[in-house]
Amino acid sequence: MEKTWAELSPSQKREERFKRWLSPPGVTFTSPQAEKLYKERVTRFIKAFTLQKPDRVPCILPSMGLYAASYAGTNLATVMYDFDEMKRAWRKVLHEFDADTYVPPVLVPPGPSLEAIDYKLYKWPGHGLSKNTLSYQAVESEWMKPDEYDALIRDPSDFWLRTYLPRVFGAFKAFTQLQPWTTFEEIPGATFIPFGNPEVQAGFNAIMKAGTESLKWIAAVGEVAGEAMAMGFPGVMSALAKAPFDTLGDTLRGTQGIMMDMFQRPEKVHAAMERIAPIAINTAIASVNNAAAPIVMMPLHKGADSFMSIKQYETFYWPTFKKVVMAFVNEGITPVLFAEGSYNNRLDIIGDFPKGTVAWYFDQTDIFKAKEKIGDKCCIMGNVPTSLVMTGTPQQVKEHCRKLIEVCGKGGGYVLSGGASVDEGNPENMRAMMAAVREYGVYK
Amino acid sequence: MSGDFVNLMADLKEEELLALTKKRLEAKEDPQKILDDNTKAMAIVGKRFAGGEYFLPELVFSGELLKQVMALVTPHLKQSSAKAKKIGKVVIGTVAGDIHDIGLNIVEFMLDVNGYDVTSLGVDVPVEKFVQAMKDTKSPVLGLSGFLTPAFDAMKETVEALEKAGLRKDIKIMIGGGQMDDEVRKYAKADAFGKDAMAAVSLANKWFGVK
Repeated sequence: MEKTWAELSPSQKREERFKRWLSPPGVTFTSPQAEKLYKERVTRFIKAFTLQKPDRVPCILPSMGLYAASYAGTNLATVMYDFDEMKRAWRKVLHEFDADTYVPPVLVPPGPSLEAIDYKLYKWPGHGLSKNTLSYQAVESEWMKPDEYDALIRDPSDFWLRTYLPRVFGAFKAFTQLQPWTTFEEIPGATFIPFGNPEVQAGFNAIMKAGTESLKWIAAVGEVAGEAMAMGFPGVMSALAKAPFDTLGDTLRGTQGIMMDMFQRPEKVHAAMERIAPIAINTAIASVNNAAAPIVMMPLHKGADSFMSIKQYETFYWPTFKKVVMAFVNEGITPVLFAEGSYNNRLDIIGDFPKGTVAWYFDQTDIFKAKEKIGDKCCIMGNVPTSLVMTGTPQQVKEHCRKLIEVCGKGGGYVLSGGASVDEGNPENMRAMMAAVREYGVYK
Repeated sequence: MSGDFVNLMADLKEEELLALTKKRLEAKEDPQKILDDNTKAMAIVGKRFAGGEYFLPELVFSGELLKQVMALVTPHLKQSSAKAKKIGKVVIGTVAGDIHDIGLNIVEFMLDVNGYDVTSLGVDVPVEKFVQAMKDTKSPVLGLSGFLTPAFDAMKETVEALEKAGLRKDIKIMIGGGQMDDEVRKYAKADAFGKDAMAAVSLANKWFGVK
């Protein structure tokens, strides 16, 4: 009898998920050639992620975020609202870069939805940033107050609905007047009353409007994503997840707040991170289960070298972060751990995962040292400097890639990529990266 | 008492530090002495940060302790004694199109506690505002902060505007933040790149001739 999913070992689960990625259900390829290329590309990534030698070093271009907007001569302010323009720009990148992977415009948030709920956590072009700005940016603030840890720990959903969301969704301002939904018990009567408040009702109307707008958006995103798959370009990330320390530090308490909490209420910080970890795990697994690529991307922020000491990293950052990563590994999902900034002082710790189960994606870390220290256990990704991609010549970029490929590509387990993603810049510098993997990255 | 105070602050002992501050004030000690001790303590914090013993959390927390001590001391200060002598003026700001302020605020704090008169123009600062501020303050040092890649061009444009206004030759410009490095320094035609808040202090000290 076949084993149920729960009975499979982590490596069997990984095998199953990779098989599904190689033959995604419901995809019709435009040609047998497209299907062949798709399988080649996916195999290339699977081999690199699992520390084997692929046919050649795979590459993820740094132009896969918001770059398409400037490349197609439009801007973020336009494509966040005009989904036809969004499709045009992203199709242009799809057709004009012969890359190993493709990222559809999922990272372009739908402007009308953000407006409908009066989103305050981000500023975007035309909303707090000048119209020609190329990216949206987070607004750091004490969205959660220092004395609210207990409320978060007791019931995160309730804290989100009645405390946090009314602060970041302007339209939910009146939701502070609601009772916890667990108040609905037995025969309700008075419990309905707050929902009669016109301001509360306006909040519900606003999120319904956001939903309607997002359906238009996802239809456009899905169209491009479907075309890319049919043409043979696989995606390499199906979900985003954060380290619990970053959720607290970026989204809830802010940098200033969390750093004070490390001294003033460390036990609350730990308890809150333990509470946040399963939420991060379940949300990302649900997203991955709905997509082809069994990959979750984890952008890591406040654990970088310059943010905290190694001791603080080991105490505050690493334990719950590792817990989240291992939950993905045990579900057969490959986490791509994007270490923003530098991790030079973390290299003795961060390789502590089962061999071939996670990929570390480096921004400014000394990647040669990383290869030496953790390359036998983890796939290494990175790290053509963003400044070089932005200001260098194609020859300089290609030469830098050659060095990376020669050192980090040795023996497999390496993906060439940028340091961070770029929002503008010379497209020939991206093409130089593809030229480099083809010329220098072939394994014999 | 004074030596303990400096150590308590440098070692970030919040409760004991505040208790001692109250005790010193109750004993009618000259509040100026407490301010001098603040400066000594912050110098130790700065040294520990530069030496890799302290990191951002300690810097941030020491800033909070300083704020708490000042809140206790300020009501006891005579107006005239509050002004300490400053080394010189530094203008800082995050360039146009970028709203990141964590690094900016820490640089402001470190320059301030190291004796500089800092004017922070905040975030998303238009080129013209930088030019105007350099004219108004006559500051010889400018710090440009930026986190994102579009800041490369915004920095370059800011430097070029200062050239155009005829101010560039009298100003030393440092850059820092997120994706900045020496390549970007060259691209933006700035004078120096600093990797953290202490680097900003060292650069200012160098340019102001502080030993």
